[in-house]
Amino acid sequence: MQLDEFFVTGEPLIYGGMVAIALVTSAILFILTYFKKWGWLWREWLTTVDHKKIGIMYILSALAMLFRGGADALMMRTQLAFPNMQFLNAQHYDEIFTTHGTVMIIFMAMPFLIGLMNIIVPLQIGARDFAFPFVNALSFWSFFFGAMLFNISFVIGGAPDAGWTSYTPLAGAAMSPGPGQNFYLMGLQLSGIGTLATGINLMVTILKMRAPGMTLFKMPIFTWSTFITSFIIVFAFPILTVALALMTIDRIFGSQFFTLTGEGMPMMWANLFWMWGHPEVYIVILPAFGIFSEVIATFARKRLFGYNAMVWSIILIAGLSFLVWVHHFFTMGAGAFVNSVFSITTMLIAVPTGVKIFNWLATLYKSRIVLTVPMLWSLAFIPSFVIGGVTGVMLGMAATDYQYHNTYFLVSHFHYVLIPGTVFACFAGLVYWYPKMFGHKLNERIGKWSFWLFLIGFHVCFFPQYFLGLDGMARRIFTITPEWFTLNFISTMGAFMMGLAFAIFVYCIYYSYRYSEREISGDAWGYGRTLEWATPTPIPAYNFATVPQVNTHDAFLEMKEKGKTTFDEENLEPIHMPNNTGKPFIMMGILFFASFFLVFEWITLAVIGLIGGLVMMIIRSFDYDDGHHIEVDEIKRTERAARGL
Amino acid sequence: MAKESGKYPIKHLIGFLLSIVLTLLSVWAALGSDLPVIWIIAAIMLLAVIQAGIQLFMFMHMVETKGVGHAPWNMMFHSFVVATIIVSGSLFTMSFGFTHDHDGEGNHQHEEQQEMQKDHSGH
Repeated sequence: MQLDEFFVTGEPLIYGGMVAIALVTSAILFILTYFKKWGWLWREWLTTVDHKKIGIMYILSALAMLFRGGADALMMRTQLAFPNMQFLNAQHYDEIFTTHGTVMIIFMAMPFLIGLMNIIVPLQIGARDFAFPFVNALSFWSFFFGAMLFNISFVIGGAPDAGWTSYTPLAGAAMSPGPGQNFYLMGLQLSGIGTLATGINLMVTILKMRAPGMTLFKMPIFTWSTFITSFIIVFAFPILTVALALMTIDRIFGSQFFTLTGEGMPMMWANLFWMWGHPEVYIVILPAFGIFSEVIATFARKRLFGYNAMVWSIILIAGLSFLVWVHHFFTMGAGAFVNSVFSITTMLIAVPTGVKIFNWLATLYKSRIVLTVPMLWSLAFIPSFVIGGVTGVMLGMAATDYQYHNTYFLVSHFHYVLIPGTVFACFAGLVYWYPKMFGHKLNERIGKWSFWLFLIGFHVCFFPQYFLGLDGMARRIFTITPEWFTLNFISTMGAFMMGLAFAIFVYCIYYSYRYSEREISGDAWGYGRTLEWATPTPIPAYNFATVPQVNTHDAFLEMKEKGKTTFDEENLEPIHMPNNTGKPFIMMGILFFASFFLVFEWITLAVIGLIGGLVMMIIRSFDYDDGHHIEVDEIKRTERAARGL
Repeated sequence: MAKESGKYPIKHLIGFLLSIVLTLLSVWAALGSDLPVIWIIAAIMLLAVIQAGIQLFMFMHMVETKGVGHAPWNMMFHSFVVATIIVSGSLFTMSFGFTHDHDGEGNHQHEEQQEMQKDHSGH
């Protein structure tokens, strides 16, 4: 293989990307070496099994991916506003919408939410870590290396260009030769290991490690939504794993599962993909609902209205999410009966979702709302998401879907559910729990600027797209006719407003790091209701010196009333904690290289890498690391310092 | 872990080897054997059932009595529901009530699942 086949050549933008990657990488290497931080990086982060640190790494990676996916979006919007400027050609545009979709769903939305779950769920249920801390670290590194593998594709080998849905036959070897599509397959496969493992891990953690007295129906609602999400992950992700494996075998070893030739069934890919893909959208929306519920209850200063109805509607949504997948391809040509069945199940989902919307409104009703930044994100979510939901029901009617299918109406719809749903929730959750993670709040004034700019930018960007869709503009086209120009131009302005809002948000993180007041109490907002606010800030490695007895739904509220803390000096016992380990990082690093070789179909090297991964598993199997104990004296010292006693 | 540190995980090792052997057997049945298709399908189904049994009894805590409660049964129930949705749902979606109009004369034909397995290059 020639070097110019290995690296992508001939695109000025991509040369720019290469230079940027080289500069950032050497800057990071220089800073780490100059400030002698390599040891710190290895000891404190790369080998950590602490759920709080892993959560922070998840969120930082997700923010980086949000930047990448956002940059893709801005490039697409630039091209569509000025189609004659030849900013992107058709091929490059195809690559960019593919990576935008994949990065945003798989490497931004999910890791961001999993990061928040990582940090918050053990704190909310009174646990000291995940049930399987080693596996948790493994999950993170599998996601991280999967994301890196996918992200290098645009400079090495060429990016995938068959859409984030990667439909066959287009994505098959016959029509998409070369490594591009393999990057999609292996990137998703590698990070999928981590997602599946996290699903199992969270499920066990929530089932087995709750504080005494916390029955399932006394769990905070975010923990509930995480629990149900874990179920969806465990049942839906194997479908993706199998589908990806089948397509990998198709592309690399010449089998005919999804090909046009042989006895392949190309539409079977769409079928399998959406069997995973529809539950997937609930994987990213249910935790978001959980975050909004927590934020709304906290800043409305009321108990969440209709807690039981909320829980049951999450369960119902999760169940229905496995029964609606065909609505993504109504136009495939299955008969009217098939389409009608899936139309009805689709519209049924609107019922529990509506129940949730009304419960949030009822929580707000006659409450004394505190308008903080997380609350603003949550309040803005409700009406914005309803617009997305209503257009979703429109799309769900099979007969009308034939009109909307593959147009900007659909593009607008799913951005209207995913951005106010998932992205607003990520911002709300990050700002809300930020003081728990970093020991200081984000600046409210700058945060409000970024919120309003993002909200207005979002509506300016996506509302016109409904009308573009109704005017017949198809999705995934890189050039437009003059009649679509005005609305496209408005939409692009909105997109840049969102970009600016993100920049302001990042500045807000920097500004707050420099100037925000440091937190001294654990209950940063003063209105905390659930156990995560009972821990001191910074949170000790073991989270809870003594695990409190839980009697009500809002456990911390009761503790505040009774004057209790999680530091009961008389009942301290040594705490058993897991040891740090570099194995997850090394194992996933090896699998990264194995996947990379498989992308280029260098089978021998890939097999060697796979054997390396197996060797790491064997080493792990005979690893009888018992962890360590934190002694009572040390707990006392830590707690006294943190609580200012 | 500490209690078992001296014990060799012989049960897991046997289960692991058995599942690999079963997988290789089904690969051989599909690629290397000259059996009629229906026999291959039946054989692979049988091997799959044995495989599932090995997973459940040797790895999934089916035979443990304390501390696991209903969890294995719960998961089995849900897995069967999901498996049913995947298999019957795919058959339903991919084979029911297709109308094909590729000869341009509005010649609608009902296509059964058997035909779906034939050549699709014309669609």
